[in-house]
Amino acid sequence: MAVNIWKPIKYSILIIMAILFLAPVYVILVTSVKPLDEVSLEAMWAIPTSIDFSSYVEAFTELAPNFMNSVYLVIPATLLSALLGAMNGYVLSKWKFKGSEILFTVILFGMFIPYQSILIPLIQFLRNIELYNTIPGLILTHVVYGLPITTLMFRNFYANIPDTMIEAAKIDGANFLGIFRHIIIPLSITGFVVVAIWQFTNIWNEFLFAVTITTSDSQPIMVALQNLSGSQIVQWNVQMAGALLAALPTLLVYIFLGKFFVRGLLAGSVKG
Amino acid sequence: MQEEIATQRNTNKPLQLNKKKKKVTKDQWIAISFLAPSFILVLIFVYGFIGWTGWVSLSNWNSLVPDMSFAGLKNYIFLFQDFRFQADLRNTIFFTLFFIGLVIVMGLGLSILIDQKTKGESFFRNIFLFPMALSFVVTGVVWQWLLNPSTGFNQFLKVFGIQPKWYTDTNILAGFEWGSIEFGLPVAILAVVIAAVWQMTGFSLAMYLAGLRGIPEELREAARIDGATEFQIYWKVILPMLMPITVSVVIIMAHISLKIFDLIYAMSGSGANFVTDVPGVYMFEATFRGQYYANGAAIAIIMLILVAVFIVPYLLTNRRSDS
Repeated sequence: MAVNIWKPIKYSILIIMAILFLAPVYVILVTSVKPLDEVSLEAMWAIPTSIDFSSYVEAFTELAPNFMNSVYLVIPATLLSALLGAMNGYVLSKWKFKGSEILFTVILFGMFIPYQSILIPLIQFLRNIELYNTIPGLILTHVVYGLPITTLMFRNFYANIPDTMIEAAKIDGANFLGIFRHIIIPLSITGFVVVAIWQFTNIWNEFLFAVTITTSDSQPIMVALQNLSGSQIVQWNVQMAGALLAALPTLLVYIFLGKFFVRGLLAGSVKG
Repeated sequence: MQEEIATQRNTNKPLQLNKKKKKVTKDQWIAISFLAPSFILVLIFVYGFIGWTGWVSLSNWNSLVPDMSFAGLKNYIFLFQDFRFQADLRNTIFFTLFFIGLVIVMGLGLSILIDQKTKGESFFRNIFLFPMALSFVVTGVVWQWLLNPSTGFNQFLKVFGIQPKWYTDTNILAGFEWGSIEFGLPVAILAVVIAAVWQMTGFSLAMYLAGLRGIPEELREAARIDGATEFQIYWKVILPMLMPITVSVVIIMAHISLKIFDLIYAMSGSGANFVTDVPGVYMFEATFRGQYYANGAAIAIIMLILVAVFIVPYLLTNRRSDS
């Protein structure tokens, strides 16, 4: 009996919450296709009378170079940090040595530090090696500060590969590198996908490093989007189109690889 | 569990593989050299740089020209007497409390609703989760508009005769004097909390959903046979079992909230009278807009200490329960 009342209540709550969660998406989509004269504070929720893609054209011309900067940044940074994470995770799960657990905790702490606390020396360092205000400088930064999380994720992933497999390979005479190449790597495809999605999303969306390490020409998309919304001249429809453009790559990843995305989310939360 | 077994086996190994001992040591050596570059990078870029920031925070470097002469605690004393930094600490406290509280309540509530043989489960889950894929900058830009006092949600609220000023509100609720600031809830912070909760609820939802899926059905059955109502089952059996997840969510949300920068920077900035300012924004503006490097470094070190208070005990207990 209680179930009968509960069910409609449950679905009403879920539907209302879903509408609230989707409201920003509605506003982005509707505003971004409105012609300029229809973009006003009062008509914010109204459906456009005609569809006009000129805001996308403007946002695209404005943001395209920064979009490409983000692409040049995120691909190598993701690949490198996944590779290093796999190497570390392999050692820390299958080749534990005295003190390796302490070492792991020492590395893991780097995941939680506010990056503000390393920012000033980092910028001085990048200036010294002449990578300040360059994409390679940002790549280096993301690879280094991605080490803790990718190491953690691969370590947890490899913990699920049975040790008996490694033992058997050892008895067959395989060495450290042989086991890595012939057993671990082939079993790591899912691990690589999960870690790569996590790193891709984080690096694409990152702002603090991007805004402090790069200026003008080398800025990634998020900085450019922030600048776009910070300037008073640009219209709301262009801003919304820009926001959608900046969010598109990670949204696509979420839509098409959602399962791995969620797995990364869960793996990213420390579970020893 | 598996890891426990793994460690045990590892400690037994040298005895079993005595014959191949030389080879194992060689491989172990390669393993260490595999890890070494990353470890050294972390030592320098995390610990070394933190040390250097600490040193900068004790220096007189408050202009474009680096000046590393020793200033003692001058910068810290300045900050704690500074109106803006006091407001930042107040804002951080209230932002953290509301943000974590709401993320947990919403995530837990929605996950329980979704978990109950709900039709369209994956549809709802995907909707609540998608903001996780977005950047705080995108969230900030969009919610800046949605919570604009003259538009957005206020157009609906106008029907009910309420029109909050959202992040432009300068009221401080239930305050008492604390130094030179009014210590109480800055109403404007709630606007930022809404945006942050919208973005991060999906995380706790995913965590709790994974936790709920891990609870065996037999346990609920047993409680039902004992005559427990559905509500009692959740309150007395399931919630306590989800405690470790709640701890993880609190820790992760706390460290996000204590260092938050991009969302507030993109959405509201410092606000009038610093009602929405946080240490992350102050650090950025002091260091990179004002060239007050020593002050910025001091803010950064205080932020680090705040985060470490949460994280270090968590990491240490995590380690202990592992071995």
